[in-house]
Amino acid sequence: MIEVDHVSHSYGERVVLRDVDVRLPERRVGVIGANGSGKSTFVRLLNGLVLPTEGRVRVNGLDTRRDGRAVRRQVGFCFTNPDAQIVMPTVREDVAFGLRRRRMTGTERDALVRGVLARFELADHADHPAHLLSGGQKQLLALAAVLVTDPSVLVLDEPTTLLDLRNARKVAGYLDGLDQQVVLVTHHLELLEGFDRVLVFDEARLVHDSTPDDAVAFYRKLMA
Amino acid sequence: MTTLGLYLPGSSLVHRAPAGVKLAVLVAVGAVSFLLDTPWQVGTAVGLVVLGYVVAGLSPLSLLRQARPLLWLLLAVGAFHVLVDGWARALVVTGVILLLVLLAGLVTLTTRTTELVETLVRVLGPLRRIGVDAERVGLLLALSIRSVPVVVGIAEEVRDAQRARGLQGSPRAYAVPLVIRSLRHADALGEALAARGVDD
Repeated sequence: MIEVDHVSHSYGERVVLRDVDVRLPERRVGVIGANGSGKSTFVRLLNGLVLPTEGRVRVNGLDTRRDGRAVRRQVGFCFTNPDAQIVMPTVREDVAFGLRRRRMTGTERDALVRGVLARFELADHADHPAHLLSGGQKQLLALAAVLVTDPSVLVLDEPTTLLDLRNARKVAGYLDGLDQQVVLVTHHLELLEGFDRVLVFDEARLVHDSTPDDAVAFYRKLMA
Repeated sequence: MTTLGLYLPGSSLVHRAPAGVKLAVLVAVGAVSFLLDTPWQVGTAVGLVVLGYVVAGLSPLSLLRQARPLLWLLLAVGAFHVLVDGWARALVVTGVILLLVLLAGLVTLTTRTTELVETLVRVLGPLRRIGVDAERVGLLLALSIRSVPVVVGIAEEVRDAQRARGLQGSPRAYAVPLVIRSLRHADALGEALAARGVDD
């Protein structure tokens, strides 16, 4: 359960999020809004990348300010540009990077990495340089690298923005099959089909909170 | 995109050799390279490294990719030494540079970055007592290797954009976006590392 208690956030004088108060127990939560509406700041609050200027964020009872390390173990984060997220030179090494501080044997770690690579159809590319993958494969690698650590919540900030429709649908297909709670920021509104709840942000405020159909209709009207 | 200095999978003797041994050879050759003072000695050493590429099953193209970025440097250094010390010295100096770069390339092409990092962390381990964060140094090495293709990719995109706007003669139009985009990438990478718990 994600609890955001009356949270505001400012960068100096500029307020980017204003008094957001919401509980998110649902498995699939979408976040939409115009550029600069505060949605990316909102999701960065969820794993402590950004700490609230006012208010409090808790994930499964853990405070992002007080228990940052434990929160980051529970909340995986996927960014828009996978190139900025891939840390190691080869596919296998990047997936293994997330496990470097876990107490497990090399054999256990290799098995976990192999399993995740197979699940994301990257097994044939295990020893390839990560930067030579296609855009879609890079985003799948970023996803695999986060999921290998088995977080209970997965936050994705516009993971399909740089992808073509086929790859965007592929990523969405993988998200569908996950056991984790998913919080997805997106401009691809069709990806929100089947979601439990969608939040709409505008000018640093949470302005609408509803079912996907209703929220998307509200957003379209807002942008008209 | 460059493949400079990136691991190429294989099962050769060179690939299977422990990362620590390969790094030790690299350091040792670097340390004694100043003892090479005839073109014959340098030529033999370069030949041995080329033999290492052959044993590792690496293509001649892989070898050329390591040497190509050095071309202008070798020409400049070689020309300087021809004028000051003569041909023999020019061959020795440029040969030693080529030798070390090819050997470093052979090590990175045949060793996974994680193995290099683990070795470095192990070697630096005792320095923890004087405040050296060995894991941080290892991560720095991994990020440096990873950043080479990223920065080359950014440079290629900037050059294309420059050509598209007819600004290919302007060093400023090349350098400014290259630096800004590289810094932005560093910033985003820092955020991604924080998200993956590197600071925890």
